[in-house]
Amino acid sequence: MDLYEYQAKHLFGKHGVPVTAGEVCTTPDAAHEATRKIGSAVVVKAQVKVGGRGKAGGVKLATNPMDAKGKATDILGMDIKGHTVYKVLVTEASDIAEEYYVSFLLDRANRSFLAMASVAGGVDIEEVAATRPDELAMIRVDALEGCTPEKAREIVEAAGFPEATRAQIEEILQKLWRVLVEEDATLVEVNPLVLTPTGTVLALDGKVTLDDNAHYRHASHADFVDRDNTDPIELRAKEFDLNYVKLEGEVGIVGNGAGLVMSTLDVVAYAGEEFGGIRPANFLDIGGGASADVMANGLDIVLNDPEVEAVFVNVFGGITSCDAVANEAARLPNRRQQRS
Amino acid sequence: MAIWLDESSRILVQGMTGSEGTKHTRLMVKSGAQIVAGVTPGKAGQDVDGIPIFNDVAAAMADTGANVSVVFVPPRFAKAAVIEAIDAEIALCVVITEGIPVHDTADFFQYSVNSGATRISGPNCPGIISPGKSNAGIIPASITTAGRIGLVSKSGTLTYQMMYELRDLGFSSCVGIGGDPIIGTTHIDALAAFQDDPETDAIVMIGEIGGDAEERAAAFIKDNVTKPVVGYVAGFTAPEGKTMGHAGAIVSGSAGTALAKHARGHVLTLT
Repeated sequence: MDLYEYQAKHLFGKHGVPVTAGEVCTTPDAAHEATRKIGSAVVVKAQVKVGGRGKAGGVKLATNPMDAKGKATDILGMDIKGHTVYKVLVTEASDIAEEYYVSFLLDRANRSFLAMASVAGGVDIEEVAATRPDELAMIRVDALEGCTPEKAREIVEAAGFPEATRAQIEEILQKLWRVLVEEDATLVEVNPLVLTPTGTVLALDGKVTLDDNAHYRHASHADFVDRDNTDPIELRAKEFDLNYVKLEGEVGIVGNGAGLVMSTLDVVAYAGEEFGGIRPANFLDIGGGASADVMANGLDIVLNDPEVEAVFVNVFGGITSCDAVANEAARLPNRRQQRS
Repeated sequence: MAIWLDESSRILVQGMTGSEGTKHTRLMVKSGAQIVAGVTPGKAGQDVDGIPIFNDVAAAMADTGANVSVVFVPPRFAKAAVIEAIDAEIALCVVITEGIPVHDTADFFQYSVNSGATRISGPNCPGIISPGKSNAGIIPASITTAGRIGLVSKSGTLTYQMMYELRDLGFSSCVGIGGDPIIGTTHIDALAAFQDDPETDAIVMIGEIGGDAEERAAAFIKDNVTKPVVGYVAGFTAPEGKTMGHAGAIVSGSAGTALAKHARGHVLTLT
């Protein structure tokens, strides 16, 4: 699960990573009130889970409460690359001397973790990696050893941060590592990490991705689930504990096993090309050991999608008992009538 | 011969007394695997169909000569179970459990690397089968036969599908490596083992979206594998940023798309 900036910063604050004071607001009036409380110029930032919001006009400076209210009015409800803005973060405006980049992430290729750091922050880091790779330090972090003080120093030296900032950034790196491990995150990114004219280093933005498999040991993470921006059918599928992803298409898909369902989507899309571009309507994996009940829930979900015109079931009977699944499917015309 | 698992494999099951553990123990026994022990803390002295249960892996190995473990332990206890197996220096530990937090997997994988004695397969995998010889995991044995094809796959049901389609040719070993972001045994590990296995003539490799394991495997094949390899990647229609069932099956940017894998996969089908 990807978090919003304000949620990421909440976790940063919890683990002692310095962030600017701020408040998340859903109305222009709330933005007015938040700015009054902060008592200085603020930045009004659209909360969307997509990059490039600044360029899209989703981040604006406001000098006083009335100004912040106007900026929030502009930003709330905006569409940024297909994401609707329901919330803004109103945060103290900081003077910026320099912008850096730091992150920790899961490194699938090396089956370990990776620290990335750069003095070229505040811009798209993928671009830095592609065009100026020598300005991006990448250091492996051992899962069992973690980000020790020595490791933090190694990262800071490799990135070439200015001498005067090193102690602060080493401290921040160790705290960000704690965010990664203690919150079960697979990505913790700060871009930009800024140096203010007075010499303080703080996280001006934050991106965190949490591991869905670890939700059982973080009850508080349930608050991060974003119901506004989740497809209602996906939410319902989640309640049934089904692996469902809504897609743009007409053919409902039910299968068992992630790989088999993905290849079924491919085959349906390929065959659909002959019929003017008919596409799969969803990904639904009813699991390796699916029972008749699970099949019934799965069909319910798929048939309640108004865009579904037909359903394609592809179940391989290994552990799954195919007759149980077929019996549920046989009741299909019945279910269809119930819907209409 | 086969890879990693053959008629001499003596299997213990961690979590044998749980419902999945018991069910699949019976299926493995039925398929001809030598299941010599079960491990459930606090249940030493009990048995499942006459197979003795021990409190820990070390005791089970000492008493029965087990050299392979299959793990059915639930996610929250899985890390401790795998570390126990590594500490006992079991040669192969097949982790079937789905839903293990990736930090736990990163920890026990690194622990296995440091110890150097244990190969981890999985987690979130269907296991390994060498048809007619042994079976460690949940792969149905009756759908295929012994033969000379080696199969390595991220996906469980696509493994079964392929085993069934090619049942007339048969398989030396089929390895389900699992779809999690971190896995103990990779496509490359299996490709290298099949290349060295005199009883494997050709290799089928099945991948899916997410990560760049298939791309790296294609490069490995080009440089190191002389046997014919056929590759398949699922997920051409997967949208960016959505997890497709497997925790590891997610496209981020252009990395991990089926198309990127396919583009590099052309070397695959022609070797």
